Amino acid sequence: MTAKQVRELDRVVIRFAGDSGDGMQLTGDRFTAETASFGNDLSTLPNFPAEIRAPAGTLPGVSSFQLHFADHDILTPGDAPDVLVAMNPAALKANLPDVPKGAILIVDTAEFTPRALKKVGYATSPLDDGSLNSYQVHALDLTGMTMTALEPFGLSRKEASRSKNMFALGLLSWMYGRSIDGTVRFLQSKFATKADIRDANITAVKAGWNYGETTEDFAVSYEVKPAPMPSGRYRNITGNLALSYGLVAAAKQSGMPLFLGSYPITPASDILHEISKHKRFGVRTFQAEDEIAGVGAALGASFGGSLGVTTTSGPGVALKSETVGLAVSLELPLIIVDVQRGGPSTGLPTKTEQADLLQAMYGRNGEAPVPIIAPASPADCFDAALEAARIAVTYRTPVFLLSDGYLANGSEPWAIPDVESLPTIEPDFATEKNHGSGDDAEFWPYIRDPQTLARAWAVPGTAGLEHRIGGLEKADGSGNISYDPTNHDYMVRTRQAKVDGIEVPDLEVDDPSGDARLLVLGWGSTYGPIGAAVRRARSAGHAVAQAHLRYLNPLPANTGDVLRRYERVLLPEMNLGQLAMLLRARYLVDVIGHNQVRGLPFKAEELAEVIMKEDDQL
Amino acid sequence: MTATDLGMPGLAGVPTTDVAQNKKDFTSDQEVRWCPGCGDYAVLASVQGFLPELGLKRENIVFVSGIGCSSRFPYYMDTFGMHSIHGRAPAIATGLATSRPDLSVWVVTGDGDALSIGGNHLIHVLRRNVNMTILLFNNRIYGLTKGQYSPTSEQGKITKSTPMGSLDAPFNPVSLALGAEATFVARTIDSDRAHLTSVLRAAAAHRGTSLVEIYQNCNIFNDGAFEILKNRDTRDEVMIRLEHGEPVRFGANNEHGIRRNPATSGLEICSGDDPNVIVHDAQAADPSRAFALSRLADPGTLARTPIGIFRQVERPTYGDLVNEQVDQAVDNQGAGDLAALITGNDTWTVE
Repeated sequence: MTAKQVRELDRVVIRFAGDSGDGMQLTGDRFTAETASFGNDLSTLPNFPAEIRAPAGTLPGVSSFQLHFADHDILTPGDAPDVLVAMNPAALKANLPDVPKGAILIVDTAEFTPRALKKVGYATSPLDDGSLNSYQVHALDLTGMTMTALEPFGLSRKEASRSKNMFALGLLSWMYGRSIDGTVRFLQSKFATKADIRDANITAVKAGWNYGETTEDFAVSYEVKPAPMPSGRYRNITGNLALSYGLVAAAKQSGMPLFLGSYPITPASDILHEISKHKRFGVRTFQAEDEIAGVGAALGASFGGSLGVTTTSGPGVALKSETVGLAVSLELPLIIVDVQRGGPSTGLPTKTEQADLLQAMYGRNGEAPVPIIAPASPADCFDAALEAARIAVTYRTPVFLLSDGYLANGSEPWAIPDVESLPTIEPDFATEKNHGSGDDAEFWPYIRDPQTLARAWAVPGTAGLEHRIGGLEKADGSGNISYDPTNHDYMVRTRQAKVDGIEVPDLEVDDPSGDARLLVLGWGSTYGPIGAAVRRARSAGHAVAQAHLRYLNPLPANTGDVLRRYERVLLPEMNLGQLAMLLRARYLVDVIGHNQVRGLPFKAEELAEVIMKEDDQL
Repeated sequence: MTATDLGMPGLAGVPTTDVAQNKKDFTSDQEVRWCPGCGDYAVLASVQGFLPELGLKRENIVFVSGIGCSSRFPYYMDTFGMHSIHGRAPAIATGLATSRPDLSVWVVTGDGDALSIGGNHLIHVLRRNVNMTILLFNNRIYGLTKGQYSPTSEQGKITKSTPMGSLDAPFNPVSLALGAEATFVARTIDSDRAHLTSVLRAAAAHRGTSLVEIYQNCNIFNDGAFEILKNRDTRDEVMIRLEHGEPVRFGANNEHGIRRNPATSGLEICSGDDPNVIVHDAQAADPSRAFALSRLADPGTLARTPIGIFRQVERPTYGDLVNEQVDQAVDNQGAGDLAALITGNDTWTVE
């Protein structure tokens, strides 16, 4: 055997694509885990249809998983794949437009039958007609080789062929020097009770690796060295998982039991699934009859002193809005997690978007201000959940946590925090009467802390503090029903002042040269793509400043100053300019929007072009 | 002493007090603002008069309501209370009761609140059997919005929104609850304090969701809706008082009875001395008989209207099961360790 050449790369983008039943998400997850353990920095982008099993071999049925890994810190899952693994003609056709010339295509030829080709509109096979000449094509019978390797197991053709994704994983693992030990352990545990499936999959992944090692097809393997990262213990984590852990942590840090009331909805359901697994933390999860009951039960639990949380996506928020308004009026803590997806209506359930900002901000009757926090990356979902809980509990208010489909399913390495260092959240429940003295002493639920304007909160079970609250306007202090015009005006303004006065950190600006005239501002999941685009622009000689808003309501106190400091402010958003409108209205600054609603995150290269063009005009 | 010792499993876990209580202890300082003559006053007085009997710590009692005239109820009770939004009280109370087994949770709702806008929550709370007592004030009309027909109004009802008569068939709340797997279903009348109190007593004692339909007179928009059941001259002929273990008879001298029709398997009127008069069994596992009883009433005239407890069976409550799972998870896996959870099994260290 000849020693194969190893070529060193600083970064690689791989996309696995196949039918939605081909196990591409699992393949991507496993390659990610191997890559994380190896110590590369990484970022992932799963992309799958809303249909569970769209018709096999069709374009709408294609599911893909893109992974970007590097020997340096990276911010996005990558614009274009360097390697596309296509398990059938549909996967090739759907993904080829994203693949630059010269890239590597690994194609499973087993599925390139005349019928399958015709199904997606290929008149001739692209493997034979020369249309792929500008790519490095590896046309391999992955399915056939998998079945040959699995012959000893006596599985049916269908069963054996299902392991082809593991064969592909083994091959790619060899190409990029990833260890498959973790995957073998994973398969042993996943299929612990199904010995034949377990052994077949392990055999397939090993066969894929060995094929790479021995075949002449692959003359080169690649090495991407570990990325230098701050010291510490790391794991890979998706946004939904980090958010779930953040909620469990917030319950512990506040001493309030977590109550999650939710109705299943894509792409938020995984949070319900995850938290349901952790009942040993005293967590109660409630799969409600509808979105309204989910948030209603969460608010009822909050009334009783639990940390009430509901998780949903945009359509669910629309249904919950009346209850959120009630929480504003009751001034009780409540966390509403909105994992945003493409809208309006059912929209694009599995695709990402940032178009619920104005719904979160204003989507209620009356003046009903609600704080909003938006995590910037998958791992940041952990901290953002803790922050949402801090604000909700400290200020007795519902809080919107605006994640999105990209953060929810995307992953990145996370420096695991020391739990001792997590902030404490103090519910500060009322235990004594707070109005009048002696025999006339009473508990008034709407007496406020002069600093935070948070009201006194007594939970049921507190003797002598029995009181009634409701959605009717309340008299300042006593909380009794009041229709008094002056009182209503005062209460409306006070609820607004309470939210406006929430302490949030200042907006930080990254302007290394100090010469920037253009500020690129973002919020939520655009942090990665904007950061990567700004880096590109800077390498091309542009002095560009970057700032990212994590708090959308209230905005950091210095936001206006920051915006006015630059000649031009560019704000990319995955909506038609929702934050831009808020900022223009509030600060009278001519914020320029760059807007895309394609259901996918911004591509760094395209965004860099936009940034440089704006900068050139200054 | 706990509520369980008192033979009140529905209140097990709710702390009791040895301090004597009276009606005044449950009366808040808020002025009651229902229309003069409203049946709600009678129900409020009965509830305030009954609660001292339970001997519960007042701070562990919570009244939750939706929207409508009856939903102002919590403001008048000197307990914890929440006046919430239209139709959602059962959902809110589900979160509260499930997370706080030490509370006695009461929901006050009306026919519009519970059966129209909140119909979904009502059937699901019944199916889950969350531990709470639901007082459904049925006046067969919308009062707070000034007189539109409700989901229990008789067909053909002339109201502001149905000048030519309502077209939709009404719900029978007892039938609906039985169909939704309810474990405790009863019907009573605002003006019959003794009967109302006896039903409240049984409802509070029941562990699970107790649905108590209370026929309540709206003297402004639907006055006399239940007069036939209240008037001394007519009530005995039309009202069937259900008592567990007793033959189902009615009439001034029990001259009418209810028996099973072997041909149709349904129930029918017979003579009070008919040997086949059925004996009411509220504890029967099969709800068919209770359902058949609920169907006797004529939705228009209210003739043959049974009152009392239709069904009272034991089934684990949702909250108890939820809390059992939490305890079981702790027993099996130990109390949660946050550091271990967030670390997971697949980590690497950068020096």
